Amino acid sequence: MKDHVELRSGAYADSVTLLQVSRAVQTTPGVVAAQVAMATGLNLEVLEGMGFDVPGSSPNDMVVALRLDDDADVATALSAVDAALVPRRPTSGDATVAPPRTTGAALRRGGTGAVVLVSVPGASATVEAMDALEAGHDVMVFSDNVPVAEEVALKTYAATRNALVMGPDCGTAVIDGVGLGFANAVRPGRIGIVAASGTGCQQLLALLHHAGGTCAEVGVRHALGVGGRDLSSAVGGLATREALSRLDADPDVDLVVVVSKPPAAEVAGELTAYVDTLGTPVELGLLGRGQRDLTAVAEAVLARLGHDAPDWPVHGADNTGPATGPLLRGLFVGGTLCDESMLMATDVLGPVRSNIPLTDDLALGDELLADSHVMIDFGDDALTQGRAHPMIDPTLRNEQLARAAADPSTGVILLDLVLGHGAEPDPAALLAPAIEAARSERPIPVVVSLVGTDLDPQGLDAQRDALVAAGAEVHLSNAAATRRALDLIGAFQ
Amino acid sequence: MSDTTVVTVGAGMFADAVEGQAVEVERVDWRPPMPGTEADLARVATDPRRIAANAQAVQAMLGVTAHLVDVAPASEVLGLEKGQFLHAGPPIEWARTSGPLRGALMGGAALEGLVDDPEDAVALFESGSSVSLEPCHHRNAVGPMAGVVTPSMWMWVLEDRATGARTYCSLNEGLGKVLRYGAYGPEVLTRLRWMGDVLGPLLQAAVRGTAEASDVTGILTQMLQMGDEAHNRNRAGTLMLLRDLSPAMVTSGFESRDVAEVLRFVGGNDHFFLNLAMPACKLALDAGRDVPGSTMVVAMARNGTDFGIQVSGTGDEWFTGPAQVAEGLFLGDYGPDDANADIGDSAITETAGIGGFAMATAPAIVRLVGGSVPDALATTRRMHEITLAENPRWSVPVLEFQGTPTGIDVTKVCRTGILPQINTGMAGRVAGVGQVGAGLVTPPAEIFPKALAALAARVPG
Repeated sequence: MKDHVELRSGAYADSVTLLQVSRAVQTTPGVVAAQVAMATGLNLEVLEGMGFDVPGSSPNDMVVALRLDDDADVATALSAVDAALVPRRPTSGDATVAPPRTTGAALRRGGTGAVVLVSVPGASATVEAMDALEAGHDVMVFSDNVPVAEEVALKTYAATRNALVMGPDCGTAVIDGVGLGFANAVRPGRIGIVAASGTGCQQLLALLHHAGGTCAEVGVRHALGVGGRDLSSAVGGLATREALSRLDADPDVDLVVVVSKPPAAEVAGELTAYVDTLGTPVELGLLGRGQRDLTAVAEAVLARLGHDAPDWPVHGADNTGPATGPLLRGLFVGGTLCDESMLMATDVLGPVRSNIPLTDDLALGDELLADSHVMIDFGDDALTQGRAHPMIDPTLRNEQLARAAADPSTGVILLDLVLGHGAEPDPAALLAPAIEAARSERPIPVVVSLVGTDLDPQGLDAQRDALVAAGAEVHLSNAAATRRALDLIGAFQ
Repeated sequence: MSDTTVVTVGAGMFADAVEGQAVEVERVDWRPPMPGTEADLARVATDPRRIAANAQAVQAMLGVTAHLVDVAPASEVLGLEKGQFLHAGPPIEWARTSGPLRGALMGGAALEGLVDDPEDAVALFESGSSVSLEPCHHRNAVGPMAGVVTPSMWMWVLEDRATGARTYCSLNEGLGKVLRYGAYGPEVLTRLRWMGDVLGPLLQAAVRGTAEASDVTGILTQMLQMGDEAHNRNRAGTLMLLRDLSPAMVTSGFESRDVAEVLRFVGGNDHFFLNLAMPACKLALDAGRDVPGSTMVVAMARNGTDFGIQVSGTGDEWFTGPAQVAEGLFLGDYGPDDANADIGDSAITETAGIGGFAMATAPAIVRLVGGSVPDALATTRRMHEITLAENPRWSVPVLEFQGTPTGIDVTKVCRTGILPQINTGMAGRVAGVGQVGAGLVTPPAEIFPKALAALAARVPG
């Protein structure tokens, strides 16, 4: 075996593209391993972990690292890299018209009704978002790792333009049926959602869509994300108010639901008072100790519309035997799903260690291990620097899944899997083998909340069947999945 | 919101996902900004003064009309005294000057009678006593190439009648062995003396004797539609100037032999109007100076050693880096090794949105600077990426009369890495040689992050 490592300074592609490039190159004959990535700290660690020797570099360099069979040709592998890197772009009629290089330039060229979707690295997101606001457009900032002071500056300026800043770190929005970022395909209706939480919004979309299968008038008109920090003290709910006032003014919205990660107490108070001034009824679903879970919020929405809650679907319950140890390990790609499960588990099991802990004393170290109940959000800023979101790149979570399975004290593994626009085309194909491997030594119960709809491009049924076949028990409701896991741990004790 | 369109910047996957929902998507071809600029860019982007400040600077610049109001010696209009020398570009001391600037200073010293033989001026400048160097820009003036101005040289005087602001530029000597390219031989000094004795006074009489002062900004509007980009091609502008001034020259009472000589000289020098285009650009850009929070470049200038820029929001501070050598075509046997680094205040034309920025309107000279017509169209379009506005008066017919890209934004240069494109002449590296070619050049990239850092440091709070 031989390694080839080269730096390409000045070359750039986003982390998702590079992931796809790496995967494409791995399928080239003679290539044992391939990693094409920007030379960020995190990616260099990954490369070192793979045993590559990378020369001194800056984060603006692209690293091409190849491990080849002894008789494989480096040039062939490199040409596979180059072929995979060629951008797919429709040919323009006029070769002297280059694509716009900034958001501002794109907006100057037209697109009056345009919404701008920003997913550049966090350090550059504010600049692109300001371009959108300056031109009077709404902007969704998917990027994370944006300083909170910049978020406040963006939202303060947006208020002067009556523009909406969805984000930063906004994973999900649905605007008039168009899904932006990670969004589920849902049937249209008269519900408006304001979400300071991407996967919380997706859970709600999935549950309401499922319920709408039997009560036809249940559907979603808009789901406006505001970013996970919007209801923090620093930001003070600036975007939540703008989103609420818009949905309140929309004659086609009958009911508004607000979902959020645990908000700052005083901001929650102000929000409650503001909501009372609106003409449209608002269901507040703010997560927190002693508050309702997301499924209960969805049920309250259905009740307001005059419907009973359906039985939330469960598949593969036969796979699940008793817990194999005393501890619960939750490994999430969705931050709000992680929060929700943690809140529920804390009430039943006591303290849960996490990288997004409910209290600071419960924080996990960098190794993400602890001899206790653990729940990890792999979508957290610190774990996505210089790499794609775990909904696209499951490497880190799959590694941790194997580690949890190898730990004899692990009693139940709780996972989520999120479908929809923007997510992997076949995420179960990447998770199912990892579940199977985790259960190969002993039958650890693996409970999965599969958040998706039957309109999602991945196909809800096929994804579910693959997970069930791998030995998982699959729920649509994350709260139901969590409750099931807690019951199993409780029975063990 | 039913006809939602989406602009995406970042991961192509999200653009694909939206397109997969049958929604129109415009993709930004985003790339990382110049290294190390991310934090400063965010700070300046969120400066609450920036948007209004840039609008003010742009409006002030676009609102200026430059009229030709006089021609007079530098000693009179700039108060320049014997021993004082103006030069192009940011400040520089003799020890660091390049060949062409040295040659021009030496010729200038001889012209002023400080030395008999230009070669003797070297000792004078080395001693530094009784001589001083100062940028043209510090005296409301601009000078092409070496840009050397001495007290006896005659200057164009341009005025913005709305404010009374004025700018100045010397008279153009023609091409080849000329002072501004660093030549200082006898023929150079003979020509300069004729310009002082005949050309200047006659032009003064003509300007003063013309009832309707020439609207230089208006001539620029017209020449841009006649194949001039007003930096390396000024043919139409020169002829329009002659059209304006000829009647008053004829009736000036000067010897008809002198009038004929002047008409021949001006008509035979396609670059004659450059020295009016430049101060017209400076007059407009000066109106955009000193707006706190504005990221607009108000001057780009080179002294043959350093390339410097000044920015509206940072006052008179120069941000400098090493001047680059142009790429292009060479005269005769000259080659790249004979060329000096970029020199001259003439990049004020690009700063104002013409010259290289208006390349699309001057296809006749694209080969002179080593390009093709599609290159020219692409260049002008590319400059829109780094500018704040389009100049409604200066439009490009072949681009559907789109206004020229105007008002370079330091932040956009740092974000895109696209550098301003400058058309330029090339001076010989050795003092005394003169012009060796013409071509295209860009500023050194590092001066833009420097200016950005200074802007970021001035953001309040």
